[in-house]
Amino acid sequence: MRPALSIVVFTVLAGAGYGVWTWLGVLLALRAYPPGRNATLLPLALGFALVSAGLVVSLLHLGQPQRAWRALTQWRTSWLSREGLAALLTYLPALALAGLVRGDASFLPARLVGALLALGALATVTCTARIYTSLPPIPAWRDRRVLPLFHLHALLSGGLWFAGGAQFAVRSTAGVALAFAWLLAVVLLLAANLKRAYWRALDAAPAPADAGRASGLAALGTVRAFEGPATEASYVTREMAFALARRHAARLRRIAAVLAYSLPFLLLCVAAFDMTLRPWVLPPAAIACTLGLLVERWLFFAEAKHVAAAYFP
Amino acid sequence: MTALPPPPPKKLGLVIDLDTCVGCHACAVACKSWNDGGAFGPLPDADPLGAAPDGVWFNRVHTYEVTGLGTAGAASEQRKADDGGRPEIPTAATAHSRVPPALTIHFPRSCLHCETPACVPVCPTGASYKRAEDGIVLVDADKCIGCQLCAWACPYGAREFSAARGVMQKCTLCVDRIYDDSLAPQDRQPACVAACPTRARHFGDLGDPHSEVSKLVAERGGFAPLQELGYAPVNRYLPPRPHRDDGAHAAAETAEAPLDGEALPPLLRWLDRLLSR
Amino acid sequence: MPHRSLKPDAPVGDRVVTTTCYMCACRCGIRVHLKDGRVRYIDGNPAHPVNRGAICAKGAAGPRQHDSPARLRKPLLRTGPRGAGEFREIEWSEALALAAKWLGDIRKRNPDELAFFTGRDQSQALTGWWAQQFGTVNYAAHGGFCSVNMAAAGMYTLGGSFWEFGEPDWEHTKYLLLWGVAEDHDSNPIKLGLGKLKARGAKIVAINPVRTGYAAIADEWVPIRPGTDGLLIGALLHELLRHDRIDLDYLVRYTNAHWLVIRAPGSADDGLFARDAEGHPLCAARDASLSPDAVGEEGGAREPVASALRWRLERADAVGIAPVIVGEYALPDGRTAVPAFQLLAQRFLAPEYAPQAVAERCGVPAATIRRLAQELAKVAFEQAISLPQHWTDAWGREHADMLGRPVAMHAMRGIGAHANGFHTCRMLHLLQMLLGAIDTPGSFRYQPPYPKAVPPANRPGRARRDDGALDANPLGYVHAPADLLVDADGRPRRIDKAFSWEHPLAAHGMLQTVIRNAWAGDPYRIDTLFLFMANMGWNSAMNTAETRRMLADRDPATGRYRIPHIIYVDAYGSETVDYADLVLPDTTYLERHDGMSLLDRPISDADGAADAIRVPVVAPDRDVRPFQDVLLELGARLRLPGMADADGAPVYRDYADYLQRHQRAPGVGLLAGWRGADGTAHGVGAPNPRQLEAYAAHDCHWRLPVPAAGRYYKMANRDYLEWARALGFVGSAAPIVLELYSETLQRFRLSAQGHGAVRPPARQRARVERYFDPLPFWYDDIEADGSSAERGGERGHAEWPPSALGAPSPARGGRDEKAYPLHAISQRPMFMYHAWGSHNVWLRQIAARNCLYLHPATAAEHGVADGDWVWLVSPQARIRVQARLHAGTAPGVLWTWNAIGKGKGAWRLAADAPESRDGFLLNHLIGELLPPRDGARYANADPVTGQAAWYDLRVRLERDAAPEVPGHRIERATGSAA
Ligand SMILES: Nc1nc2c(c(=O)[nH]1)N[C@H]1C(S)=C(S)[C@@H](COP(=O)(O)OP(=O)(O)OC[C@H]3O[C@@H](n4cnc5c(=O)[nH]c(N)nc54)[C@H](O)[C@@H]3O)O[C@H]1N2
Ligand SMILES: Nc1nc2c(c(=O)[nH]1)N[C@H]1C(S)=C(S)[C@@H](COP(=O)(O)OP(=O)(O)OC[C@H]3O[C@@H](n4cnc5c(=O)[nH]c(N)nc54)[C@H](O)[C@@H]3O)O[C@H]1N2
Ligand code: SF4
Ligand code: SF4
Ligand code: SF4
Ligand code: SF4
Ligand code: SF4
Ligand SMILES: [Mo]
Repeated sequence: MRPALSIVVFTVLAGAGYGVWTWLGVLLALRAYPPGRNATLLPLALGFALVSAGLVVSLLHLGQPQRAWRALTQWRTSWLSREGLAALLTYLPALALAGLVRGDASFLPARLVGALLALGALATVTCTARIYTSLPPIPAWRDRRVLPLFHLHALLSGGLWFAGGAQFAVRSTAGVALAFAWLLAVVLLLAANLKRAYWRALDAAPAPADAGRASGLAALGTVRAFEGPATEASYVTREMAFALARRHAARLRRIAAVLAYSLPFLLLCVAAFDMTLRPWVLPPAAIACTLGLLVERWLFFAEAKHVAAAYFP
Repeated sequence: MTALPPPPPKKLGLVIDLDTCVGCHACAVACKSWNDGGAFGPLPDADPLGAAPDGVWFNRVHTYEVTGLGTAGAASEQRKADDGGRPEIPTAATAHSRVPPALTIHFPRSCLHCETPACVPVCPTGASYKRAEDGIVLVDADKCIGCQLCAWACPYGAREFSAARGVMQKCTLCVDRIYDDSLAPQDRQPACVAACPTRARHFGDLGDPHSEVSKLVAERGGFAPLQELGYAPVNRYLPPRPHRDDGAHAAAETAEAPLDGEALPPLLRWLDRLLSR
Repeated sequence: MPHRSLKPDAPVGDRVVTTTCYMCACRCGIRVHLKDGRVRYIDGNPAHPVNRGAICAKGAAGPRQHDSPARLRKPLLRTGPRGAGEFREIEWSEALALAAKWLGDIRKRNPDELAFFTGRDQSQALTGWWAQQFGTVNYAAHGGFCSVNMAAAGMYTLGGSFWEFGEPDWEHTKYLLLWGVAEDHDSNPIKLGLGKLKARGAKIVAINPVRTGYAAIADEWVPIRPGTDGLLIGALLHELLRHDRIDLDYLVRYTNAHWLVIRAPGSADDGLFARDAEGHPLCAARDASLSPDAVGEEGGAREPVASALRWRLERADAVGIAPVIVGEYALPDGRTAVPAFQLLAQRFLAPEYAPQAVAERCGVPAATIRRLAQELAKVAFEQAISLPQHWTDAWGREHADMLGRPVAMHAMRGIGAHANGFHTCRMLHLLQMLLGAIDTPGSFRYQPPYPKAVPPANRPGRARRDDGALDANPLGYVHAPADLLVDADGRPRRIDKAFSWEHPLAAHGMLQTVIRNAWAGDPYRIDTLFLFMANMGWNSAMNTAETRRMLADRDPATGRYRIPHIIYVDAYGSETVDYADLVLPDTTYLERHDGMSLLDRPISDADGAADAIRVPVVAPDRDVRPFQDVLLELGARLRLPGMADADGAPVYRDYADYLQRHQRAPGVGLLAGWRGADGTAHGVGAPNPRQLEAYAAHDCHWRLPVPAAGRYYKMANRDYLEWARALGFVGSAAPIVLELYSETLQRFRLSAQGHGAVRPPARQRARVERYFDPLPFWYDDIEADGSSAERGGERGHAEWPPSALGAPSPARGGRDEKAYPLHAISQRPMFMYHAWGSHNVWLRQIAARNCLYLHPATAAEHGVADGDWVWLVSPQARIRVQARLHAGTAPGVLWTWNAIGKGKGAWRLAADAPESRDGFLLNHLIGELLPPRDGARYANADPVTGQAAWYDLRVRLERDAAPEVPGHRIERATGSAA
């Protein structure tokens, strides 16, 4: 599949934003969050910025962005529609929270809204993932690891932004921070392992179709596409028959893994050993992870093969 | 409304005879010609005179070659199951005796108006829909936001996004012809069907087992590709017929057929022939 | 209503105009749907007899042809050097004045200094007449480089031909052999017909080195080695003869099989038919007293007769006789004669035509050949059909039904575009004769106005009348050496050397040689080359680079161009435009009148005579004029006979006026429909001033069905012949005898042997003697053949397919087979018409580049992988092209789609358009001339007809150092033929 930059950026940024909101909401709901208005507002705003930037970028992918509102109508069947609705609905607890924060960790409405925020964020990420996992012609996206990976990546990148970008402004208890760092490390390891398994599975998977199956002529013999319908590229060949050389893919995978997992892991370890270094190591970890996920997401598209590609030579 | 309608009583669709299609692209261009100026047009062209000419087509014609055919000819059912993945390359021995048989098969590809396609329910706007009355799958260009998800959802590559118009476009089964009372009855059929010079394309109701198209499908073992994806396409392709004597008679190709009865050398034999003018 | 824009009842447009398509020569009926004055779309006219509603890709792309950005907009006068494409737009008045000046001067000096050559236009009835009135012998259309082998072999054998003048009996045939057909002119009728055969379950066999298109749907594919069809046909004849599976009654009734051929080597009538005092051919017939009952009986009882035959000489055209087809018979003068059939049987029963002898060379196993022969015979004789149709034969005998041999053939350039194509095609007609399968139910059928006399009566014009006009159309049929256009020394009188000793039966002229000969001043210099609708600067040049060089070459002595003036008429900015001094822009086909006349290339089918017109659908939006109008106006300005009256005023207002008023003979005009002052006469009748209106009201065509009793056996069917005579198609209702044995060819051979007044120059005698064999024969393509033929050398056999896997190729005579072991051919893509398609913005979205296709085994032998860029090398040049694998190609054969490659900057395409960046022409590799032999160089063409031998091309494949780097290049061989 052709990796559309707008979608890559959207899913990564919005995913990070929803991750920030998820952590914030969960910690609020669990009363595990330090008091103080700014302690809440800052990550809330950071999440808001990431989510909104992502959504705005996603509009670039549309042919008729001014009609985007129409995308909210088909939530009964369409994950994309649901995603849009969920994204919009999630703004409600976010905005509510902004009004409700009092700097008191045990303020019940804030805890409830926090829970809603986390749920909305997770739901939105789920919808995003389901858009991809529900497409039969792209087996690579139907892999059962795709959905948890979307969640883990949102939690990981969001967590790093949350921990690095937002938390250094507030004084949280060292214990919570340390625990959070270890938690993130666990998420990271889960994500990294799952992604590695995904890539392995992808490498082992047969092409989603060959010319014989695509044409239905396989019973006759060995079928090979001789001439395509056009000698030059067309929408379907550009969009669905995007070809990425194996060696490029391998290199990009390494880059993605180092940026998204290895580097943040090291930095998390550093932070865990010496919590005073947090402000210095966590923001770079968040940035590295996000860059890594941009590459990862690009590959998520570029490496996915569409059945329709099998029609072409 | 992107919810799929209940299975429609009428299932309009195309039946394309791969045994007769010569790959002339007439259907593709006739489709473009009809639709470009019509209700679902334009079908914009990009870089028309330049290095990368491209445009929207609802119907495109592919060509496949088939090698490794069973010895009993093209449609032999008892084909060896162990046909390898590679095209058969003749050895020095076979090259001298016979070029290994190979088929060239043309394959027009357009929307198959599936009964349970994912291209409809994935649509967030309701622009992509399936008609309850006849099963035709359409895109309402006034609603489409151009998210292209439906194109991803189509395994047949039947939808093409027009960057110029910002909307998704696809075969309409010529819904603006088949119901157009301003056209003569004989013209109320898809443009590609009317155009097809070999008459390899047939249009009709595949929901009616007594229709001409259904009978053709039954007779000829019509199939739809990628059935395993569960889209339940309505369109059908008729497979190549068992070709008459395409290498099948290799056994009958005896070294030297015996001369019939006569012992006389031919020239003399004709001397005895009573001919009339 | 979920879908606001969906209004299923919205009218399609506001106006429909029916006319005739011109995206190719098929001439289908189309409906042009207009909306707001613009062409909305074009579809096939269901009421039209040619296409019955079908439309092909080209036809459906008509709207984009009509509004193509490549259209010329105004007359152009060259300002820069030729080839640079620098022009100034001028007014029509200036353009016409200039052309009239050049042509007027020529006409005063010597009309032959005008070479007027037209491409695949459909107005030869006008252009040929114009050339005749101008008085130049140097006129021809495109047939010479196209398919004159098909046409001439047919006309000199059957009085009709494949090409677009005959068709298989699509309704009844059970077995169709397609010989080297990719597309052909009858594009939609063939496809409609193949569809019918498919639906009916008839067997289709494609004999073709490549399996695409029609061959793809064939039941059997016979991947033949190019140029060897004559061997395969010969082997089929061999098998049929050997097994006596031939229709002898058909032969003696409709062919000259039983005519006696004089055997008197050395004498002036050796090989001619024995004739009586009145010139009637003779045959040996069984003495009727022997078995009187059997004679004349339909179907002929076939009980063996005593070998001690009692015979007498009879007029061969007599009926009620029992002719003998073998044996040696004494003529009254004591000499002996044998029936033509015996000569034929002896030739093809010879071991060199045995299946096992030809198998390797053809690449077709002997067993397959035997089986094909068996199948043919089985269908022809065991599955014969009979139509319950009463008819009367040309001798007045009544028949209750029509016997059909449901075996049909169609052949085209695959056998035609070779230097051995004439004889190969004639051999194919003989095969049909032996099967009794010419114009019978289920077989090949003539389309009226064919059949005509064998050969047709019209000979090429040769002398000028007092008014300066030629005594006949410059093109025609040569019957004997005296008809040739040669001077007293036997040198060609035509610039293209057609109708000369080099190519005596060049019935269509030789457009492919004009530029070279004019450039070389061989046989003489001309002043003006007037070209219409032929892209000679590119895809119709046999060697493109050479041709372009010659067009722009100057005489160093004078500094003048060697071809002083070039006028070119095109509708689009083709490659050739750049080489013209004066460019006259034509309209598109939707902007003018055209006539598809029975005098030229009508739209008839086997069941009806038909012609058609084209009407202007929209007015031109540019300063362009229909060429026919321009030609008539030029004619008037030049005061050509018939075009200007005594005061110099134009006789015809325009072409439409000419179509209606011009009469070739009293009552005979260009259009046969709605003649007579009141429009009620058909065929022959006075001009009708409202004839075009009548055509327009009838979907622009006229069709007169052949009477039901006249639909088959047209060559000897009184019902047909009387009908045809009434319409002026034939001069008399006498039967037309199919020529198994060609006396016409023998006359040329005799002259080469020193008989008669008109004889070939000494150095051409051997050539004429060899190729004017009255019976067809196979020879290797001429480049390899000639030398050995004339030197009597032993011809070796090339290994087939050429294989590095097997033993090394034996050396062979003639050309160096080892250096150029592969065949390179082209095919027409169904969706493009030569160069016409690539500027069509829809069609170029299908193909904007072409590749070189080859069998995986051939590729493997050369270390070539799918997608590699490779070099294709011939003695002329080498070109860099992209290779693609195709298992449906015979090993040893390379092919590509024709005319997709374009010249840089032509057709308004971007400089980096794939057509010129990656696409290519094979033409860069083809030689215009054969290698020198005995001090002479002949055109790379069939020695009989002058048909360009496009498909004789041999090449070799070389790897490129960087096969993955894309890009087409042409590198001319240093010292290549100049
Ligand atoms: N779409 C389209 N239609 C056209 C044209 C066009 O450009 N486009 N051009 C028109 C014109 S001008 C013409 S002349 C006709 C030509 O009509 P065709 O003769 O049908 O056209 P070609 O493409 O020359 O096809 C020649 C075929 O012969 C095969 N062949 C080559 N060499 C041999 C051989 O030695 N033996 C055998 N058995 N086969 C061989 C080739 O593989 C090819 O399939 O088509 C007309 N129709
Ligand atoms: N290698 C190779 N070369 C071949 C062949 C092959 O098989 N292989 N085939 C040969 C054969 S059979 C043929 S017939 C030739 C064909 O070759 P050409 O006769 O050169 O045919 P086109 O390319 O169609 O070019 C005809 C010209 O007519 C112009 N034209 C189109 N419409 C109109 C119009 O309405 N009015 C006017 N005035 N001009 C118009 C086009 O712009 C173009 O410049 O090619 C020959 N060349
Ligand atoms: S072919 Fe594709 S676009 Fe058409 S209905 Fe099926 S899935 Fe949808
Ligand atoms: S591109 Fe248009 S039709 Fe397709 S899913 Fe998106 S909104 Fe629906
Ligand atoms: S049915 Fe109509 S829209 Fe669909 S492919 Fe045919 S012509 Fe095109
Ligand atoms: S028009 Fe008919 S024959 Fe031509 S490509 Fe389409 S289906 Fe095949
Ligand atoms: S076959 Fe030729 S004449 Fe007929 S529709 Fe096609 S382009 Fe036009
Ligand atoms: Mo041609």
